[in-house]
Amino acid sequence: MDWATIFENGLKAGIRPEAAYFALAAIGLNIHFGYTGLLNFGQAGFMAMGAYGLAIPVFAYGWPWWIGVFFGLLAAVLFAVLLGVPTLRLRADYLAIVTIAAAEIIRFIFRATDLREITGGSNGINGFSSGFFDLNPFSGTINIGPFDFTAREMWVMIVGWGLVLIGIGLTYLMIESPWGRVLKAVREDEDAARALGKNAYSMKMQSLIIGGLFGALAGMILALSQGSVQPSPTDLGPPKTFFAYAALILGGTGRLWGPVIGSIMFIALLAFTDNLLRQAQAADYIPEEIITGTEVGVIRFVLLGVGLMILMLYRPQGLFGDKREMAFDV
Amino acid sequence: MLLGAPAASAQGDGEQVNGTLQYRDAEGSQIAVAGIEIVVRDADGNEVGTAVSGEDGTFSLDLPGAGDYTATIVPETVPAGVTLRNPDRIELSFSVNAGRSRPLAFPLIEGDGSELLTAGSSTWESAARLAVDGLKFGLIIAMCSIGLSLIFGTTGLVNFAHGELVTVGAVLAFAFNVGLGLHLLLAAPIAILITAALGGANDRFLWRPLRDRSTGLIAMLVISIGLSILVRYFVLWQFTGFRRSYEQYSLQTDGLTIGPVTIVPRETITIVLAAAVLVGVALVVQRTRLGKAMRAVSDNKDLAESSGIDVERVIQIIWISGAGLAGLGGILFGLDQQVKWDMGFDLLLLMFASVTLGGLGTAYGALVGSIIVGMFVQLSTLVVAPELKSVGALLVLVAILLVRPQGILGQKERIG
Repeated sequence: MDWATIFENGLKAGIRPEAAYFALAAIGLNIHFGYTGLLNFGQAGFMAMGAYGLAIPVFAYGWPWWIGVFFGLLAAVLFAVLLGVPTLRLRADYLAIVTIAAAEIIRFIFRATDLREITGGSNGINGFSSGFFDLNPFSGTINIGPFDFTAREMWVMIVGWGLVLIGIGLTYLMIESPWGRVLKAVREDEDAARALGKNAYSMKMQSLIIGGLFGALAGMILALSQGSVQPSPTDLGPPKTFFAYAALILGGTGRLWGPVIGSIMFIALLAFTDNLLRQAQAADYIPEEIITGTEVGVIRFVLLGVGLMILMLYRPQGLFGDKREMAFDV
Repeated sequence: MLLGAPAASAQGDGEQVNGTLQYRDAEGSQIAVAGIEIVVRDADGNEVGTAVSGEDGTFSLDLPGAGDYTATIVPETVPAGVTLRNPDRIELSFSVNAGRSRPLAFPLIEGDGSELLTAGSSTWESAARLAVDGLKFGLIIAMCSIGLSLIFGTTGLVNFAHGELVTVGAVLAFAFNVGLGLHLLLAAPIAILITAALGGANDRFLWRPLRDRSTGLIAMLVISIGLSILVRYFVLWQFTGFRRSYEQYSLQTDGLTIGPVTIVPRETITIVLAAAVLVGVALVVQRTRLGKAMRAVSDNKDLAESSGIDVERVIQIIWISGAGLAGLGGILFGLDQQVKWDMGFDLLLLMFASVTLGGLGTAYGALVGSIIVGMFVQLSTLVVAPELKSVGALLVLVAILLVRPQGILGQKERIG
């Protein structure tokens, strides 16, 4: 058992692009759920808007990549409005069902064979990111402390974590403003906020749009880090949303840094368990009959499910949360 | 081509037609499809032979000579869960040059093979066929979602782990059926009993303590997601990611033909059994003391409790019977579409759509909503591509919340 490698790989995963896009998605969810109390289970749909918005203009029309950024953000706003109009008057659990359904509709449509010319169908889209990587100032391998990163990875990380910092800054400014206080008032007691003359519906819609924009940015970083957009459940389906929620809850809902710390820890823990199990398995601490090498990836998610349940049972406010700042009615 | 008949062709040997039948699953890996029969006919329509795809998905057939041929997939042999990307290409025309082998591509995708049965038939025949499929699918969804609806009605829990009860029922039946070699008729009841017991344990050891702690509904919803992930990946670990069929799956005798529709015995059993069970459930809910107590608890928990109903016991019974029904639904679904590790989760959104459409919290609502959704999903393939058929049902879910959020049979106050 090489503990140094296990910890090193865990820590490295925590700063890789994957953690950055999870953090962006979770920042969006924090605005939705943490500050407004909207149980949006369709964040993967917003991510799909960002990812496909970025990829389609390059893939189908050959336009420069930065136009895709605008398209992705615009698509996310449209999706938020379309989603919000029928659902924002509903109770939280109905909202959860409808948002997850809407996100799946989006994914099914992107996957449709009839749209193959535009969306790549079930094969998704590859090769849309060269414009972005042409701007890459790095080359070769970059060392940060004990970690080595490729130039591509480094560039996506810089942009991804840069967006995370901007996101945190914007969230801080929004939440500390009068607007943010109204948002929290809607979360705490919608009727009271309405009685004071605040338009709760409009507040929720604005929250859905802003959080959705972060979801779209997360989708773009996801697309760039993988160099491809796939309409698979693991990439842009419900599990992605669930994992982003797990990261948010781990860090603490309704807290400024909760989604970022949660995402880093979530990805680091997944990589840590993966490495730990693989090494234990290679060193014959775990017999082959129980877990074979290929099954390690699956076991992680079993443990993730257990972890999410235990977290919700015993520490629903997350590691750095504050019980008073929670949209959970625990 | 007037000279296209085989008789006019060169007498070379080694002419062959071959290919590989495989599809890419949602995770992106190629999966070979075995057992599909392809009938090859010559230009005059005489049958040359039948090729069958092997375990690795490959098929090949030696041809009598160069010339023009057609190859037709026998739709009944396409396993459920797989379909042609383009159902019109079920028959391919090709020509072979002397001494050459001709590769043929039948691109497959994940989907419901049922539309292949209707390829080439008239709209009315297709509609009849799809209506039967829709009824079958709707009855399966109904069985799976009655528990979901009643659990919501009595405890307010939106149980994201309900789909996993469906999977567990199907997978346990598979374990007894294929693993231990029991006949499906024996394996299924054992699996249903275990699933029901698991449902009871689920309530007793997880949800009841949480209710006693008065945990909030959103917190419980997130816990159910954790449970769903845990069970789903545990099944993936133990069952692996392949689609598999029950032992008695391919036992096909002659189907029952009503008008334009041929129903294979597997489907007859599913429809009759599901309908009988659902009528039984309706009778229990409507006629017995227990059913009355269920409706009372689901209507108003506090009032029911104060009039002497043991609410916790009623909830326990709902969990046990709801889980058993979900398990049976899973087995029938597995019989129809093969058993897969995330089959229940795939069904979950349609279950939500059904119970929301019918009215969350009511037993009949789940029934009515499910049959509408099942029919809608299948019949919509007349208009849209089969791979988009769930989209229609999910759009209905969004639409119904716009115009009648409480559902068809729901009461207005339920949506809060």
